[in-house]
Amino acid sequence: MTATNLQITTGIIRQTTTPPLGSKTGAAWAVLLSLFLIACSDDYPEDDGGRAPAGADVNAPKSRLLEHPETGERLAERQVLVRGNASEPASLDPQLVQDSVGGAIVVDLFEGLTRSGPRGDTEPAMATSWASSNNNLTWTFQLREDGRWSDGSRVTAQDFVYGWRRAVDPEVGSNYAYYIESAGVANAGEIIAGEKTPDTLGVRAVDDFTFEVTLDEPITYLPDMTVHYTMFPAPRQAIEAHGEDWTRPGKMVSNGAYTLNAWHIGEKLVAARNPRYWGDDSTIIDRVVYLPIESSSAELQRYASGELHMTSTVPVSQMARLKKERPKELVMVPSMATYMYAFNVNRPPFDDVRVRRALTYAIDRNIIVSYITRGNQMPAFTLTPPYVSGFDFRQPEYATWSQTRRDEEAREALEEAGYNEDNPLEFELLYNTDESHKALAIVVSQMWKEKLGAKVTISNLEWKTFLSEKQAGNYGIARFGWKGDYNEASTFLTLLTSDSGNNDGGWSNETYDQLLLDARSSDDPNPYYVRAEEILWQAFPVVPVYFNTTVALVSPSLKGYPEKNPRNIVYSKDMYITAD
Amino acid sequence: MFSFIIRRLAVAVPTILALITVSFVLMHAAPGGPFTNERNVPEAVMENIEAKYNLDKPLWQQYLIYVGNVAQGDLGPSFRYKDFTVNELIESSFPRSAYIGAWSFLFVVVFGVGLGVVAALKQNRWPDYTVMTAAMTGVVFPNFVMAPLLVLLFAVTLRWLPAGGWEGGQVEYIVLPIIAMATSYIAQVARITRSSMIETLRSPFIRTARAKGIPRHKIVLRHALKPALIPVVSYLGPAFVGIITGSVIIDQVFSTGGIGQHFVNGAINRDYSLILGVTILVGVLTIVFNAAVDILYTWLDPRVRY
Repeated sequence: MTATNLQITTGIIRQTTTPPLGSKTGAAWAVLLSLFLIACSDDYPEDDGGRAPAGADVNAPKSRLLEHPETGERLAERQVLVRGNASEPASLDPQLVQDSVGGAIVVDLFEGLTRSGPRGDTEPAMATSWASSNNNLTWTFQLREDGRWSDGSRVTAQDFVYGWRRAVDPEVGSNYAYYIESAGVANAGEIIAGEKTPDTLGVRAVDDFTFEVTLDEPITYLPDMTVHYTMFPAPRQAIEAHGEDWTRPGKMVSNGAYTLNAWHIGEKLVAARNPRYWGDDSTIIDRVVYLPIESSSAELQRYASGELHMTSTVPVSQMARLKKERPKELVMVPSMATYMYAFNVNRPPFDDVRVRRALTYAIDRNIIVSYITRGNQMPAFTLTPPYVSGFDFRQPEYATWSQTRRDEEAREALEEAGYNEDNPLEFELLYNTDESHKALAIVVSQMWKEKLGAKVTISNLEWKTFLSEKQAGNYGIARFGWKGDYNEASTFLTLLTSDSGNNDGGWSNETYDQLLLDARSSDDPNPYYVRAEEILWQAFPVVPVYFNTTVALVSPSLKGYPEKNPRNIVYSKDMYITAD
Repeated sequence: MFSFIIRRLAVAVPTILALITVSFVLMHAAPGGPFTNERNVPEAVMENIEAKYNLDKPLWQQYLIYVGNVAQGDLGPSFRYKDFTVNELIESSFPRSAYIGAWSFLFVVVFGVGLGVVAALKQNRWPDYTVMTAAMTGVVFPNFVMAPLLVLLFAVTLRWLPAGGWEGGQVEYIVLPIIAMATSYIAQVARITRSSMIETLRSPFIRTARAKGIPRHKIVLRHALKPALIPVVSYLGPAFVGIITGSVIIDQVFSTGGIGQHFVNGAINRDYSLILGVTILVGVLTIVFNAAVDILYTWLDPRVRY
């Protein structure tokens, strides 16, 4: 750079007013930036314009009630419930929802034939009564006549017919299409396979308020299954008017206690009380805000800063501290979910039942639930949790033994199988990348090492890779978890039938398959279930580790959280916020 | 200048196409797919879902369909967020990240350059040591440590600011994200500015200016700053794109609903169209801002001509 050049540029600068950086660069950046700020400052139109912390939404109307009509407690002036909801739902379309976070919202927006009671029992909802005839092959649901969609139209049996047909319609592409098939609804399988048209499904509107279901098999627990969102009604008028956009705020028509108000991916979803809901008089919460906070520690911080009434979970690493510091806010609800390790029984050494038995015995489940998971989980020796309604829960004999005895029997079994110090058992334990799965895998593999002298390597894979490896059978033993779809033992036991899509381990037993087939058409399936469990106690296709709990923090001002519901369905309309 | 812009545009199209192709192949090569789920669904059901999203077609056909749609500005439906298209997801999230990013960038330029200049002028004295110690701390303090710490201090302990949310981008909601976003960039820019400034101040033309008796502050502002900024601008061009396209950490810790979350979640969920959509966005922005930086050079350094 020459002196002349320098002088010229200096001259240019002198003529301009000095911007913050004292150079033209600064001016250029400043122009660019202000353009950007202008371009970005326009809020996009969907925003409902909330101008206060979510927990104190001033746009929400004042509560209609000052006191709770039954308990007499003083209610908070604004009934805005803020719920941690773990992540974004895949969809809000009842027939397309496929995850618990979506389910949590959809059960507030829509209402099915039945709902879950506070203890997981099945209660009437849109249906006031139901009856079966023709040896449980035909079910008739009587609908309430005061049911209304949020646009004011009546909810009729045709809306249920429409919803159920959508669930199996290949063009809709529902993940839960098989749910209708597993309920035994006539022609469901053929429709899914494209062999028949959706209008041949075994559902019928006898009149506006009588919904009839025809089954291929006499399923006794059909009413329990209708708690699930896949079997909710669908608003034909909105879906036909808006197509796939119908689940947006302003377009969605719903029949539940709430309507969709705003939805911002990654920030929040807001629902408002639906004045047309038949039970609106007893609804106290006016607004529900669902926050899709994926990180459990971020969720905990927002709870700690007073922005949330309830979390969706609690970081395992914080359990000990929270038990001391917030014992009354920490709820641990037994859940219909089993944590397991699944064997690939076609791969040595797991093709030997003695090896599977040894590994199952040698896990000290008490240590795991008391020191690792810490959330009141229950040691599991069976596939089906005890909370499943109507299930005749029994435990195998080894559940009553002391751990010392189990360890001895485990060593004997392993020696019988030909493994000893010179020829130690060697295998890999696979889990998907996650802190809590890792902690458990380390402890369990350590137990196997110490007690059985096994050489265990633990390895983790990213979620989708883990799933595709597991589904392809590329594993020896892998982490496995199952949460029941409905409150009946078959939701667990059918996992291990030969034709189950989730039986990746390849275990197969004809008697077991037959028992579950017979149970489907029996008035009292319990004896079949007990015998099926007994087969599992001998064959060890999976290692049950513990029955899970849902752990959450619930603010002392939030009342009505279902602490005893193993289905873990939290209806916002059953709760209320008291004045502090 | 005009021909320069034309040339850049001509290169941009094949660059973006190459970007799409590589991302498309890599994404599809990853194990599992968008609909791989813990619950295996029966084969017939899976076939119906895949047919709905064209995943049943051969890969080359999917690729052609995709590129054809992109050419018309349609980035396709999201596989993970089934109720939304990728265009909608980007339209709703990008303005938020850009808003936070633009403010962060303003702070980065003002404080980064300002502190760097101060450190250079007071080289090897306490202001220099203070700034550089702070800058080193800022560089080594990643935002996944910074962000939760800010929340812990200002939201949980002091309760001055909300721990998360967006609420139309009100000041109290964006302060912490901006600080978390800007800190490490400020530190980087301060370091670059300092060393470049020190070098410039030793140049012959500065000595000449001094010999002519020009006051010190004029030398710094009028003569030294501009050439000293060249390396800073080279850094800030690409950094600008990084800043306005947000960060997954910021989005996760503060629930701002920005676009940063889509980069990571798109990949984790094998949301092919979403990850391709945000990749294309970053590609286009990078090309545009690299060109902008090149144009800025001509202002900063008169020797540069296109």
